[in-house]
Amino acid sequence: MSMLVPFGPQHPVLPEPLQLRLELNDEKVVSAVPVVGYVHRGLEKLAEQKDFIQDTFLIERVCGICSFMHSMAYSMGIEELMGIQVPDRARYLRVVWAELHRMHSHLLALGLLADAFGFENLFYTIWKIREEIMDAMECTTGARVMLGSCCIGGVRKDISAEQAKFVLEKLNNFEKMFKRSSEVLMGDYSVKERLVGVGVIDGKKAYELGAVGPSLRGSGIAKDHRMTGYAAYGELGFEPVVEKDGDCYARTMVRVRELYQSMTLVREALAKLPEGELKTPFKGNPSGEAAVRVEQPRGEVLYYLRGNGTDKLDRLRIRTPTFANIAPLLTMLVGCNLPDVAVIILSIDPCISCTER
Amino acid sequence: MSKAISKSPWVVHFNCNSCNGCDIEFLACLTPTYDVERFGVLHVGNPKHADVLVVTGSVNLRNRHVLKNVYDQMPDPKVVVAMGICPATGGIFADCYNVVGGVGSVIPVDVHVPGCPPRPEAMIDGIIEAVGILEKKRAGLAVDPPLLPVKTVKGPAPAPAPQEASEKN
Ligand code: SF4
Repeated sequence: MSMLVPFGPQHPVLPEPLQLRLELNDEKVVSAVPVVGYVHRGLEKLAEQKDFIQDTFLIERVCGICSFMHSMAYSMGIEELMGIQVPDRARYLRVVWAELHRMHSHLLALGLLADAFGFENLFYTIWKIREEIMDAMECTTGARVMLGSCCIGGVRKDISAEQAKFVLEKLNNFEKMFKRSSEVLMGDYSVKERLVGVGVIDGKKAYELGAVGPSLRGSGIAKDHRMTGYAAYGELGFEPVVEKDGDCYARTMVRVRELYQSMTLVREALAKLPEGELKTPFKGNPSGEAAVRVEQPRGEVLYYLRGNGTDKLDRLRIRTPTFANIAPLLTMLVGCNLPDVAVIILSIDPCISCTER
Repeated sequence: MSKAISKSPWVVHFNCNSCNGCDIEFLACLTPTYDVERFGVLHVGNPKHADVLVVTGSVNLRNRHVLKNVYDQMPDPKVVVAMGICPATGGIFADCYNVVGGVGSVIPVDVHVPGCPPRPEAMIDGIIEAVGILEKKRAGLAVDPPLLPVKTVKGPAPAPAPQEASEKN
């Protein structure tokens, strides 16, 4: 006899309202159906009503976790439409903030995952480490979450030499503290017990279903949009992080290793930071079509913009990474035990507010 | 019993329609750096156990029933704390087609914490404020209406009260 269990929308392990209708046979999940719409606002429509410069700050609020990368992707789109050349310094600064954002997002995800499998101590420790990164962001932009530092044509804020020193100091602290936690995440018996072999998806299937980000790289496929070298990634020696096994543990390991990688990228970008302007002034309105892709912590986001020569966009479409990851998630869930559902959901690090906008 | 509640309010968090910015800042409050647990605040998952409801984000056509449901399940006396500008008026999303308005249009709000997102310090302040209101409600005293006037109709956001404006991001 199978039964239907609603999981969410208000659920202790989910910070966001996602509902899954799980069909269970005893403890085993037979199928899962997502029910969405709890955080749908209609942001894409609102973006067509505001002018394209205001939109930069509206788009930032698509999602509070990867806010900087959303505004960066949007700005890159408008820059492509209007043919604006971004100054070198701004490109490097964008990498710095984007990677800081990736770090805080991955730490957040790892902490919530630890909470989902009941390792509360680890959750608190990871979130404590995350504050180092938050301090670095606050010192450089004045805000913790909504940085508001990206704008069309460049960036609005600069990182001075002292600020760079502070950020590096914070990164050193982070490295020291995270080393201990990552040992627990990688090697602890109870963590492995909950993660290894859970929610397995092989590389081929993940690719077919359109998985992106750590969900894809955890299954052995080296696809990361930073490889194309947008912003300043092309000059920074970037190599994607790949794990083979395709289970929750592999996806977690991708995040842990990416944290170290992001740290290296921030250090490198700060060391190479060229002198110069922060922003290219521009005139006129966007027209034409552009599609931009940016690698966010959860995977690749696609922005499609269409301008019509006025100050309002014709159409803005955002395909977010979690949207792409939901189909693979439903495949991972089939055949798992009910207590593993929360762990599997958090292993793709869902961001519902992006997905529904 | 009354003392136990005011010394240790249990908080349930509901993400209504938010962009996550407020949620992650609220979660950051619970963790060691800000540590609301030193005030006895405990984060619970079940609204039936909670005294304080923390709402982030505005209300949309779909989740207003869920919000009402969560609110109705909480035992009396209860206090609602709205974190951020979104639950006050709809904030930046006020003009979206799917946004009905602030949380105040569905359930009574006792404390508003302004900011987009508010700083964790301001959030802690809001919860401590809520504890005072909870105590008053328990004693059957009248409570003041919230500082931020809530407009249930769509429109521009009202300016936050001056003494709280300094805490805004
Ligand atoms: S107040 Fe700002 S940060 Fe908070 S949910 Fe609304 S838009 Fe996001």
